[in-house]
Amino acid sequence: MNHRELDDVLGKRWRKPAFVQNPALRWTLFLGFFAYLVAAFLTIEVDWGRVYDGLDRGWAFVLAFTSPDFTSRWSDIWSGLWESIVMTVAASVVGIAISIPIGLGAARNIAPLPVYVICRGVVAISRALQEIIVAILLVAIFGFGPLAGFLTLSFATIGFLSKLLAEEIEAMDRVQAEAIKASGARWMQWINYGVQPQVMPRLVGLSMYRIDINFRESAILGLVGAGGIGATLNTAFDRYEYDTAAAILLLIIGIVMALEYLSGVIRARVQ
Amino acid sequence: MPVLERDGAQIWRRRTGRESLIRWFGWLLGVAVFVYCWQIISASTTWFFVWDAPRIADDIWTRATPPRWDYITQLGRPIWDTLNIATLGTLIALCLAVPVAFLAARNTTPSALFIRPIALLIIVSTRSINSLIWALLLIAIIGPGVFAGVIAIAIRSIGFCAKLLYEAIEEIDHTQVEAITATGASRWQVMAYGIVPQILPAFAGIAVFRWDINIRESTVLGLVGAGGIGLQLSASLNVLAWPQVSLILLVILAAVVISEWVSAKVRSAII
Repeated sequence: MNHRELDDVLGKRWRKPAFVQNPALRWTLFLGFFAYLVAAFLTIEVDWGRVYDGLDRGWAFVLAFTSPDFTSRWSDIWSGLWESIVMTVAASVVGIAISIPIGLGAARNIAPLPVYVICRGVVAISRALQEIIVAILLVAIFGFGPLAGFLTLSFATIGFLSKLLAEEIEAMDRVQAEAIKASGARWMQWINYGVQPQVMPRLVGLSMYRIDINFRESAILGLVGAGGIGATLNTAFDRYEYDTAAAILLLIIGIVMALEYLSGVIRARVQ
Repeated sequence: MPVLERDGAQIWRRRTGRESLIRWFGWLLGVAVFVYCWQIISASTTWFFVWDAPRIADDIWTRATPPRWDYITQLGRPIWDTLNIATLGTLIALCLAVPVAFLAARNTTPSALFIRPIALLIIVSTRSINSLIWALLLIAIIGPGVFAGVIAIAIRSIGFCAKLLYEAIEEIDHTQVEAITATGASRWQVMAYGIVPQILPAFAGIAVFRWDINIRESTVLGLVGAGGIGLQLSASLNVLAWPQVSLILLVILAAVVISEWVSAKVRSAII
């Protein structure tokens, strides 16, 4: 703040500075947003009678969490859950293995331009398509079952992990990599001793995070026939068996929490 | 530094013999687990369909191209619904996430022993369940439609927003809070003038980031009947109208790209 501004301000009451400085822009944003909200509320049709009727069922579902039924459908739950876990493990392994070379290729400071463009293209396609849409297409092509789910999750892992790995490589310290190169290392040795040690902690952390996401996603792939716990869950909802559904949801939450705890421990160790 | 003695000369090694042995067994175990998982997937796959896949994919491709462009006139309303689901869902989620985040942050929670674990439980449980599953559940409770989609997106986003927000609250500069407290401000005044201005940029960033993710998720919510463009997608898939499916996929792709562009622009303007 220079002296001129200070003179203007002196003697006046302090006012909280606005978040958006320009008043015209602020009011346009505010009014536009308000107009949008009104339009949105006018076009949403809510059947309040139906909602009111549903409150009882909602309450029944909340109550079901206090008495989840693990036993009566245990064999279905177990086979679905096991399939989800198997899909998660296999897809994470394959996805991570493929995303490392693609991540190397998508880093501008390592890869030549043609390779860079191709790898960035793969990443962009994989990130733009959602898991569930990929799963629908793959189920149509490969048939029902965990193979489609496995391929979907691997494909989604590539987009996620390659992009973040490439960003990490682009942000690495050049000096260390150059020192290895100056010692006469071949390309593989350069990557192995100059680049890999710098990005390894981040790669391990991201991989753990992705395993966590893959498990969560594997829970919905069953809705479109791509294997996993989703099909069992959908059936439970369709039959209004809220206690079984609650049991499945509790199991998913439990596994996700365990994975998050495990990834926290592993990340703390590698960093 | 691990070295190897050979013919009286010392050769540098990256790891000691014991370390490399442990690593080797680790890899062996990992490969064994992967092979086991792959066998399970392979056992529940109909391989005939897989060998037939290139022909099927080619068949679908010829059916799906060119997209049925004139169908786009019927997509206006679903796109508007999708936008509403994402935006209103994000707004509701933010309103609910703010108190949860303040209760979960170590430096603002009223009671670290009782209230913080409850807030963390809300965060974990809403985060670990996909919005499609929330939508399934809400459709069973309050009936299909846009409203169920809005609520599903809102519940799913609470955990995500609250987690990022409470991490931002925990990282605030404590000296500013102390300065406000030293002026004799009440608890709420400290909140409004000491904490809120520090987390406002993070809050805006989180809001836009989540809105971008929610646009993606709301495009597929219709698959389970929760309104938006996914309803058209699932209807077209059910009658195998592939030209319509390819058009809808293109529209979804465009929506995802635009929302990502908007969110990147807004975030770079804020930060």
